[in-house]
Amino acid sequence: MLAKRLIACLDVRDGAVVKGINFEGLRTAGDPAELSARYNEEGIDELTVLDVTATLEGRRALLDTIRQVSQRIFIPLAVGGGIRSMDDARAVIDAGADKVSINSAALADPSLITALARIYGSQAVIVAIDAKRAADGFEVFARSGTTRVAPGAVAWAKEAADRGAGEILLTSIDRDGTRAGFDCELTAAVSTAVPIPVIASGGAGTPDHFVDVFSAGCADAALAASIFHFSEHAVRDLKLFLAERGVPMRLDW
Amino acid sequence: MVDYGAGNLTSVLKALHFVGADVRVISRVDGIDGAGALVIPGVGHFAATTSLGPEWRSAVMRAIDAGMPTLGICLGMQWLFEGSDEAPGAPGLGLIPGQCFRIEGPVKVPHVGWNTLAATARPARLLDGVDSGASAYFTHSYAAPCVADTAAVTTHAVPFSSAVERGRVFGVQFHPEKSGKTGLQMLTNFMRVAREAA
Repeated sequence: MLAKRLIACLDVRDGAVVKGINFEGLRTAGDPAELSARYNEEGIDELTVLDVTATLEGRRALLDTIRQVSQRIFIPLAVGGGIRSMDDARAVIDAGADKVSINSAALADPSLITALARIYGSQAVIVAIDAKRAADGFEVFARSGTTRVAPGAVAWAKEAADRGAGEILLTSIDRDGTRAGFDCELTAAVSTAVPIPVIASGGAGTPDHFVDVFSAGCADAALAASIFHFSEHAVRDLKLFLAERGVPMRLDW
Repeated sequence: MVDYGAGNLTSVLKALHFVGADVRVISRVDGIDGAGALVIPGVGHFAATTSLGPEWRSAVMRAIDAGMPTLGICLGMQWLFEGSDEAPGAPGLGLIPGQCFRIEGPVKVPHVGWNTLAATARPARLLDGVDSGASAYFTHSYAAPCVADTAAVTTHAVPFSSAVERGRVFGVQFHPEKSGKTGLQMLTNFMRVAREAA
């Protein structure tokens, strides 16, 4: 049976892991390669490195980070943040990323999704959607920005899938950094509308939040950062907790 | 390792290096000469295998007939079969009988993530040290049927071959290079077969 996936997100700036609270106020939580190795030993199913750097030096550091992580960790590795072109995607894939996650660039030019899928395959293309609740559904915002963009989250996810995306990484802006739980309504709305896997993100605070997002939220995977970063056996304990509650988990690692 | 333009080879290369392989990436048929083992990776659409035309098919068959250990991964495994509904005009190698089909059912397709391998009764060197029920990482929409050469079966709405073995020819639908310890164990097993055959 296909297991639900737990994905650890490493927000990386200048080669170090940081974690944003509502995209602001960053605090350091470790060395990416070291942290990845620990997660791997603890049974994480997948890793995402999210570059939160804007500088050229930071981009070079990111490629080094990807090389270091992918040299010894043989589980899927996705990289996102600041990937705006085919060249950007090629650089991170050549460095060892298995998947690229694109957000603003896909909104600005949706044909990038198809172009990437043609060269690297749909399995390598994640479209990241930052969504926020509105009176009439779920609005999409460009990454870390304040720009509202049309269409709504469900419509955009469907279009992304049609254009060749292999997965959707869906972040609730309302919940991100709050530890108040995933937005299960948002996740279910998108996950039931597209044929491709949806990764829920934003709001993980307790193990029960994961039970909720895998059941009510219909998520195929859940991504979190800080809940994994600050305790010793967080990943393993969470997997055992979920398995006991009937969520299919990979328990051999 | 054959590069026929079907996706990114970096991860497979890294994993093969990790298990001690000396890998050369080849994109011409004569590159097979002198190799001790052959890896045919690949992701994406079955149509990509049209790059492996008649010249490749006969060269690979010759190598296999001569006993060269061969490992097909994902699309590379499907290519070992006769063909795929994904690209009806593109013949596979035809070493293993059967036609690959699209996964259909009340599940998400593509099949993405970790799923379990149920070993069949067929003895398989590729699965040495791998428990039945071990998990591997998959990402695909089409799958190969269960046949006499099937070494492991995985189910996503329907059962399909997740590993095949025929003599020194091996195929895996999942990505051993992304399947943690289990995947590295299988690549190590393949390397052992390659060393024994040398």
